[in-house]
Amino acid sequence: MTARAKARLGDRVFQAAAMGAGLLILVALAAVAIFLIAKAMPALVASPEELKRDGTDFWPYVPPLIFGTVWAAFLALLFALPLAVGIALFISHYAPRKLAQGLGYAIDLLAAIPSVVYGLWGILVLAPAVRPLYEWLVNNVGWFPLFAGPVSGTGRTVLTVAVVLAVMILPIITALCREVFLQTPPLHEEAALALGATRWEVVKMAVLPFGRAGIISATMLGLGRALGETMAVAMVLSPSIIISFALLQSQNPTTIAANIALKFPEATGLGINALIATGLVLFAITFVVNALARVVINRRKEFSGAN
Amino acid sequence: MSKRIEVENLNVFYGKFLAVEGVSLTIEPRTVTAFIGPSGCGKSTLLRTLNRMHEVIPGARVDGRVAIDGKNLYDLDVDPVLVRRQVGMVFQRPNPFPTMSIKENVLAGVKLNNGRISRSDADDLVEKSLKGANLWKEVKDRLDRPGSSLSGGQQQRLCIARAIAVSPDVLLMDEPCSALDPISTLAIEDLIEELKRDYTIVIVTHNMQQASRVSDRTAFFNIAGTGLPGRLIEVDDTATIFERPTEKSTEDYISGRFG
Repeated sequence: MTARAKARLGDRVFQAAAMGAGLLILVALAAVAIFLIAKAMPALVASPEELKRDGTDFWPYVPPLIFGTVWAAFLALLFALPLAVGIALFISHYAPRKLAQGLGYAIDLLAAIPSVVYGLWGILVLAPAVRPLYEWLVNNVGWFPLFAGPVSGTGRTVLTVAVVLAVMILPIITALCREVFLQTPPLHEEAALALGATRWEVVKMAVLPFGRAGIISATMLGLGRALGETMAVAMVLSPSIIISFALLQSQNPTTIAANIALKFPEATGLGINALIATGLVLFAITFVVNALARVVINRRKEFSGAN
Repeated sequence: MSKRIEVENLNVFYGKFLAVEGVSLTIEPRTVTAFIGPSGCGKSTLLRTLNRMHEVIPGARVDGRVAIDGKNLYDLDVDPVLVRRQVGMVFQRPNPFPTMSIKENVLAGVKLNNGRISRSDADDLVEKSLKGANLWKEVKDRLDRPGSSLSGGQQQRLCIARAIAVSPDVLLMDEPCSALDPISTLAIEDLIEELKRDYTIVIVTHNMQQASRVSDRTAFFNIAGTGLPGRLIEVDDTATIFERPTEKSTEDYISGRFG
């Protein structure tokens, strides 16, 4: 029998530490999931009459919340993603080095602002500022369903919320995209240049395709934040439990997280369980969205440049 | 489509650093010219001035003249993007676009500048270019596979196919075989022999046997020491350079006494 090569202490310590860190994530995730399921169960199995007694009605109550959550996050992403990719490209490939550095710091700073500040800004600055614009939109393009009237008198609509959310998720998407774009192998950029590509064509041929998986991952992180954002939405939005695509009216679908924050202090009995059950739904939405992103990334794995 | 290149009094800079000094040489159409010399002598740098790739490095610039068929590439009204469409380049390490299929790689240059091409024309061009690069037989059944699925030598031939698909006047090769095994190297050398019929080829190589095998003319570059600019020592027919060089340093280099 041959003796096995002796394992080095450093290797073993490092392996154990890395494995421990990996396991810890799973444990934390499992703990949250178990908590949510255990606390949500009473509301999920309760009869409508029991729920009514505590002032809620779970099953009709959830779809508008899901809709509001996804709708607000989707709108935020719609604004933030093109802007973030644009800023990241500017920093990584267009701006002079000094300006790029300054811009990078400014973007990172945006990420450090607490969401309650964004909420205040949304109420005090953005909402009054966009009111004339909303009125103009309703009066002039009100035939378009998204801009249908009557216009909100306060400006605290789902569109305003989406803009606030977009500003909040912009830094993380930008910072990640910038890092990914900077990783583009110079070899591929030179290949494009040598074929006679203009700067934009280099970006199109080499930088963006190479960064595709990174852009999707960055988007998912941003989306996660938008889906779960509580404070800013709770402060800015004038909420209702409805399903409506209209962007500018005073009745707006609220999000799961904001709804929990607003309702929790007054909830009793099964009402608390029902709120936690909506939290479980949010957990599931986030999970599904991330799984979808994985599928998209893996579908063109062979072409990722990682091989 | 093959053209003459004239370099006159060319100085090449990286910022304030003079990397190559006072080069003048003429490269005839339908010939293979090899640049040889020790590392750091500026041969790759010089090569990259022939398609204005040098200036993509921040601070890099040249003065002097590089003319293709009499037109100076460095005239103010010349768009470097158009120069690079006219002068193809193959790099030291194979660099097919990993996010594109074999076919898309070949067509990459053609589709630039909103160039449109019908599907049948595209298929013909892919076949013609891959045949021109001696790669068609090996990949014709898997044109939709990623370019990065090929071996190193095949990838390099794919890069050559990509470069010739746009019908350039000149083909620059920067140590195209240095990352390849001997068999792939042989395949590329045979290919250079064939490409010579249609293109003016300039190749940088560290391999002197390769220079003597593939080139008609050889230019020897040298540096006096670290931090000093590289210079063109002599340029002549390859046979002359390898058998009866005029300069002592050329003879020392090719006989392996230094470098």
